[in-house]
Amino acid sequence: MRLRTVHSVLVAIAFVLLFAAEAPAQTPDSNSKKSAQAKASQQSTTNQQNAGEQKFARNCSRCHRSPEGFSPRISSTILKHMRIRASLSEKDEQEILHFLNP
Amino acid sequence: MPLSPRCSNRLPRTALGLLLSVGSLFSACLHAQNAPLISGGIGFITNTNGGNTTYAPIIAPLLAAPIGDRILVESRATLLETYAPRGDGQSGYKGSSFLGLSYLQGDYMMNAHATLVAGYFLTPFGTYNERLTPIWIGNFESGPLVYGLGTMSTGSSVGGMLRGSVLSTQHVSVDYAGYLSAASTNEQFGAQRSAGARGDLYFPEARLEVGASFGRRLQDVHQNFEGTHLWWQPEKIPVKFRSEFAHGEHSYGYWMESEFRLKRQEEDRSVIAGISPVLRWQQTFRTSPDASDGLPAADTKRVDFALNYHFPHEIRINSSYSRQFSSTGDRNIWATGIFYRFLFPTWRGK
Repeated sequence: MRLRTVHSVLVAIAFVLLFAAEAPAQTPDSNSKKSAQAKASQQSTTNQQNAGEQKFARNCSRCHRSPEGFSPRISSTILKHMRIRASLSEKDEQEILHFLNP
Repeated sequence: MPLSPRCSNRLPRTALGLLLSVGSLFSACLHAQNAPLISGGIGFITNTNGGNTTYAPIIAPLLAAPIGDRILVESRATLLETYAPRGDGQSGYKGSSFLGLSYLQGDYMMNAHATLVAGYFLTPFGTYNERLTPIWIGNFESGPLVYGLGTMSTGSSVGGMLRGSVLSTQHVSVDYAGYLSAASTNEQFGAQRSAGARGDLYFPEARLEVGASFGRRLQDVHQNFEGTHLWWQPEKIPVKFRSEFAHGEHSYGYWMESEFRLKRQEEDRSVIAGISPVLRWQQTFRTSPDASDGLPAADTKRVDFALNYHFPHEIRINSSYSRQFSSTGDRNIWATGIFYRFLFPTWRGK
């Protein structure tokens, strides 16, 4: 019984900490900071997308046309296969994967 | 049997933990991007060489199955049925079957710059063998005349290979492959004892690739093979230029191929964008007799012209005409092929 109480208290503390980490105090300063961070993150994602698209165009089309479509479940497998077959670098593999599965 | 209080107290937590583990594993499977895949091509080829027409239905399936983040097992096979005229004045056709593995290899990605390949793999010499042999990629039904040089007759090797990317920047990529093969007379894993290496430089901004290959046959009469290649795909003009030169101790030769497209955008799926005329010029030179290198017995020139059409839904029709000039006799070669390329996961999911 005592053990269960201790568990409950620990779980409650964990939830409070989790909530505190996820929801910091909302102030005008933190709002603008958050917005800037979101913009930067969006910009970084777009840059990564562009880099991936460029790598895709420059590497894949050398040998073949791109497939009309495929399940996202195999995108990483395709890239691993092409990393070996076309000697792609690990960075190129990751960027093209990010372009295929943003 | 009744459970002890301690055991009954632990059971729900254990069950919950197990459920959470299974749930997270299942969830990971549902959202994972590394499901094994089956790809490949299925097609029908006709070839008229010197007045004799052969018909060949073909299937070339490919399997790629990752194990964790660093290991990939992959294989490609060819199932071919050929119907050729009986010859010797007899009418009708005779059929023959071929079932062979192109490769069956395990890849271990050791780090960002090196991958260890073990098993039965395509011999890394030049570009044609590793990149253009899949039926859903190649522009012509027949390979180049110099294909036999450096690929050690079978095109595949049994042993180990180290390959990878040395560096990759906006301006240049450098990659390499080096291998060692044992001799194998196994029907499915035929290979010669050999060693070789290839290095490539790729300039992404100019879309220009140059490379050099070296191979040495280490059985029977030892021989060296050297090769170079140059590929160029300018960004502003819809053309792909590919070329290779290969040199052996008894012969040498080269091929140059230009593939044109009527639209610049690679992903354009319009009717016009599907048309691609291709021109290939090749020449071989015989310096001394050797029946094992696969090149013509006399100096040969050949021009190939293809008109290929890419239909929607991964269907493609190739049609080509070749004229071969040789002191042993000139000949016309006509080939057509229809291919469907497939690509899907081994199981259904989100």
